[in-house]
Amino acid sequence: MTHFLVDGKTYTAKPDDNVLQACIGAGLDLPYFCWHPALGSVGACRQCAVKQYAGADDATGTMVMACMTPLAEGARFSLADPQAVSFRASVIEWLMINHPHDCPVCEEGGECHLQDMTMMTGHAYRRYRFSKRTHRNQNLGPFIKHEMNRCIACYRCTRFYRDYAGGRDLDVFAAHDHVYFGRHADGALESEFAGNLAEICPTGVFTDKTFSARFARKWDMRGAPSICVHCGVGCNTTVNERAGEVRRIVNRYNGSVNGYFLCDRGRFGHGFVGAPSRIRTPLARGADGKPAALSSKDAIASFAAMLRAGGRIIGIGSPRASLESNFSLRVLVGQGNFYAGVSAGEAASLRLIAQVQSSGAARIPSLREVERADAALVLGSDVPNAAPLAALALRQMVRATGFALAEKAKIPHWQDAGVRTLAGPLRSPLFIASPAATRLDDIAHTVYRAAPADIVRLGFAVAARIDFSAPAVADLSSGDAALAQKIADALLAAENPLIVSGVEASDPSVIEAAANIALALRARQKNPALLLNVPECNSLGLALMTDGPSDVEAAFATPAALAIVLENDLFRRAGGEALDPALKTARLVVLDHSQSEMSLRADLVLPAASFAESGGTLVSSEGRAQRFYQPIFAESEMRAAWRWLGEAGVAAGRAACETWNTEDDILAALAKTFPVFAAAPRAAPAENFRVAGCKIPSEPHRFSGRTAMDAARNVREPKPPVSADSPFSTTMEGFYGKIPPALLPYTWAPAWNSVQAISKFQSEIGGELLGGDPGIRLLETRADATLPYYTFIPNPFAPREKMWWAVFLPRVFGDDEQSALAAPIRARMAPPALALNDQDAAMIGAIPQQILAFEIGGARKNLAVEIRPELPRGVVGISGVPAIAHALPAWISITRPEPGAT
Amino acid sequence: MEKPLTAMLQPDGQPLDMAGYERAGGYQALRKALTMQPEAITAEVKRSKLRGRGGGGFSTGRKWEAVPHDAPRPRYLVVNADEMEPGSFKDRLLLEQTPHQMIESVIISAFAIQAEIAYIFVRAEYVRSLSALARALAEAQARGYVGADILGSGFALTIHVHASGGRYICGESSALLTALEGRRPLPRSRPPRSAQSGLWGKPSVVNNVETLCCVPHIVERGADWFLGLSRCADGGTKLFGMSGRVKRPGLYELPLGTPLIEILEEHAAGMQDGYQCRAVLPGGASTAFVMREDFYVAMDYDAVKTVGSGLGTGNVMALDDRRCPIGLLRNLEHFFAQESCGWCTPCRDGLPWVERILAAIEAGEGEPEDIETLARHVDFLGPDFTFCDLAPGAMQPLGSGLKYFRAEFEQHVNEKRCPWHESAGGWA
Repeated sequence: MTHFLVDGKTYTAKPDDNVLQACIGAGLDLPYFCWHPALGSVGACRQCAVKQYAGADDATGTMVMACMTPLAEGARFSLADPQAVSFRASVIEWLMINHPHDCPVCEEGGECHLQDMTMMTGHAYRRYRFSKRTHRNQNLGPFIKHEMNRCIACYRCTRFYRDYAGGRDLDVFAAHDHVYFGRHADGALESEFAGNLAEICPTGVFTDKTFSARFARKWDMRGAPSICVHCGVGCNTTVNERAGEVRRIVNRYNGSVNGYFLCDRGRFGHGFVGAPSRIRTPLARGADGKPAALSSKDAIASFAAMLRAGGRIIGIGSPRASLESNFSLRVLVGQGNFYAGVSAGEAASLRLIAQVQSSGAARIPSLREVERADAALVLGSDVPNAAPLAALALRQMVRATGFALAEKAKIPHWQDAGVRTLAGPLRSPLFIASPAATRLDDIAHTVYRAAPADIVRLGFAVAARIDFSAPAVADLSSGDAALAQKIADALLAAENPLIVSGVEASDPSVIEAAANIALALRARQKNPALLLNVPECNSLGLALMTDGPSDVEAAFATPAALAIVLENDLFRRAGGEALDPALKTARLVVLDHSQSEMSLRADLVLPAASFAESGGTLVSSEGRAQRFYQPIFAESEMRAAWRWLGEAGVAAGRAACETWNTEDDILAALAKTFPVFAAAPRAAPAENFRVAGCKIPSEPHRFSGRTAMDAARNVREPKPPVSADSPFSTTMEGFYGKIPPALLPYTWAPAWNSVQAISKFQSEIGGELLGGDPGIRLLETRADATLPYYTFIPNPFAPREKMWWAVFLPRVFGDDEQSALAAPIRARMAPPALALNDQDAAMIGAIPQQILAFEIGGARKNLAVEIRPELPRGVVGISGVPAIAHALPAWISITRPEPGAT
Repeated sequence: MEKPLTAMLQPDGQPLDMAGYERAGGYQALRKALTMQPEAITAEVKRSKLRGRGGGGFSTGRKWEAVPHDAPRPRYLVVNADEMEPGSFKDRLLLEQTPHQMIESVIISAFAIQAEIAYIFVRAEYVRSLSALARALAEAQARGYVGADILGSGFALTIHVHASGGRYICGESSALLTALEGRRPLPRSRPPRSAQSGLWGKPSVVNNVETLCCVPHIVERGADWFLGLSRCADGGTKLFGMSGRVKRPGLYELPLGTPLIEILEEHAAGMQDGYQCRAVLPGGASTAFVMREDFYVAMDYDAVKTVGSGLGTGNVMALDDRRCPIGLLRNLEHFFAQESCGWCTPCRDGLPWVERILAAIEAGEGEPEDIETLARHVDFLGPDFTFCDLAPGAMQPLGSGLKYFRAEFEQHVNEKRCPWHESAGGWA
């Protein structure tokens, strides 16, 4: 640690900090704008000016920008120096010249960094008496609202959007005091990380448009620590609620997972919670065959009767349901009757991932570790579409070379512009092998475009070149062999080599190839990281608690009398031909939060709570068990699926269900049943967590209107609801003070009302949260791990005449079942498409937008043609129709549609 | 008096072609340079005490030495020909009328720092400079002075003539590099220095046109000769621009260290009849006023500092007694406010405020606290407070103006009018 002096007092900080970081870390209130812990320093805003003194005798000092000044042992500074104080107030005065002072109608008001910094500098009186410049605002699409007049030109937006996230369509235009931050023309922001602008912007230029439509002040919303349910990355979120509605989702800092950011699917996908498609009451099929509402009591009685009726009862779990709900179903139906409820292809991939990752052979990297890798191979995966935050981490990973150069040149890592200038176009080796272009290709060292089978072969070849005892690939083309060698060399040369693959191709052999590379690196005494992205928020958790064939078709292979389907639309997992006969004979109970083809077929539908009305535990691709807490406490018939299952079980006389009073009871039972989940109960504080006998308040200290909110119905103060599964009180009453990091309902600190207050909750700026990053990793490497090489190597891809190898191309917007119900996400979903190589298209005379037909899984589909010249010949990509993903990859034949088809 | 930089100017103002330039002794310095060790050229330039003529005044030899011997390749030499400060027109003369001198300078200098690629970054409005350079470069390429294996020396050089997109900030050397990379021309933070990591992350040296044009003469005739040209400790002649209401405005190549009064009275032949010179900006728009009592000062880098100003680009602007100094300042600050790149707050938002206050004062709408506000801007737009030197430069005339023309400021504010508006001559 380095000692430094500020106004006569000694503080300590990390030696490689800059003075601003050191001051903020020391708890000093030094204002800033352009600096951001994730973006580093550029010295643009001049807000963090302090006096630096050369030595003990220097009484005059020099004005320096704290963010651009390296710390040195014994360095002496002053924040209180009158000139520094006056200059910092002047900076605010300049920034305010053109600011509209529209705080009362600004979405940022009350959590605005500009407001905070203005108060901090003490600037209050306006001396500028001339006119303000005004800007025209742009329509930036369904997610982000634009109000350029509020802009203080800190350049954070473009630095995040372009430099950090790789976006291209937001930039700074014009010059001097006319600088304009926007797009070249109106239109939706293209980057899937655009939503972060709402948090990066220190004032109200970029705000959350969906939130603006149902707005409440920060202090008027309850906050609940949550986990994003829209992919397998497991980003930490805060859900803000008021009057029984989810108002918005914002980032919840987790230094090991998503840091300061979220993707737009996660931020704007919550609309399904309050959508018309929501199932709010139990429904039973009446004599007329139509579903009719019934009371919870009757629903439980009816469910219990079905349980007691005997016959084979199967339970089909869900990769988007909590560990608690899945496990309770497993207990209810018995281990042998429990199925994961995913497609056959996905089940095979997930089983492999569970096997590889729980073997302990390779480290599963956190996203923070992904950022710190120095060579990486992405094998057969479209990371930006399948696991957006992992892609954002890979984008930072390629900077390792630049940081190394900077270290040599003695340029501190936080000096962002300097490091980027020095690095120029140099990047750490990132190899991407995928059939279609990905939004990381621009930073890749080499992009390998080939059919899936050839990508798998490349992967096996890389493994064999790293370790000669790994199975070799015969008949590799010389080009592929050279590339395999190049990748092998880069991974071997790296300090922290990383392999990334995923489930989205539903191709288990690509997982095997990725695993072999990691095993080969391990055999060469390297310490490989292996990130295998799973598609849904609990895919890995579910895979770790299922054994044997667990896909939907296996579930229905033997006739069942009763099928209980947990939060799952099986028609997205298997074709109608597999499901229809089984569903005709079996009675069907569906527990879900949103209407689906499945719920429409059910004899009994039970309204399951979503992440917004219940708590639970999920396991991410990292194998990190993380807990989400309930944000909505409004009375309703919706309840956590495990509660429905438990109550029905009790009514049916199942003794095991009688002990299920809270989700912690089930989690404890799960931990006892499976050693791999032994640590899961420690992911976050349990329901009964209290400090000094108090719960943690979920409403902020300034929450207003609690006696007025319901005044239209009742002038008395309503009795606050109680939360059975939550360590949070449902009001502003409770313990204020140091609380565990996993329980932070909001970030707020004296004088820091904006999201920037998070610095006050970190052990070091941009590092771990105080008390450690939330969540617990279930799968760690083991010295005694034994996982043999996978040996099945596919044949090279051979195109077939008049047939096409159809693969599923993932999309960030639309593939996820839940977020696709949210209106803003729907507005960003591109139309479904059948993508063809340009030469293939020419061969069959297909032109863009032309409708072509093909048969898949027994059903006929029509899709519009999209030309993607980068696709390998003989391979077509299908995107935007996630409901048929289960049938892919497959050989298909393409024809003209029948007349009259659309 | 020797005038090496302008010796080859033709009476008709047209540049010499290759044949003419060679007949007049052109490219002899190049032939000599290619027989020397690159380090020897740098050493000679360093010994000549040639200092940057773009306004910085940094030792050219030392700048060249800063490129490490083991620096990665390619290395770049970049000529800063983005001359666009009000009152500056010295580089334009050299580019338009002696383009071969420029090309020869670039080749020799690139050889000295072992750069394989050179860019001449020219202000876009300098259309005649651009075409003169293009013609000279084509001739030099045809003659084998530019390209692979120049004159059998093994040294290879590519020269690009690049027309700027057109902003004053592009003349800031690091912003110039960023502009050349096709990006928004923002000044860069240092470290890294350009010699370490400049254009596209590679070692780069950026020199002014006039600076480089001295190099062939130093190579040909030696550092001692060059040192002998000046009337001060630094070497060489300097192009002095003279503007304002003098009898003979124009450019004069004179020994560095020529007294200001001599430039004004002898070479520019004094003020036009009926005008008195009250003050000058000695080195362009970003230098402080020098008042009459200091006109004896020698025009060299160190001497001008002693009277509170700077040599800058050496373009002298005279302020006469029938022009409102506040009007002059408003005009200058308008330029700087408009040319601020918009990166740092004090410059972006402070300069427009300054400009508006000056306009208000001039229009008779000034208020007593305006002078205080201007003074605060002079302090807070100074060095260390801002990101680059644009705003501190802009504050040089204003700061000195507030000091020397305080009475005029107060008169404007008190009388709510500009005293010059009704006087003879007015704004002519």
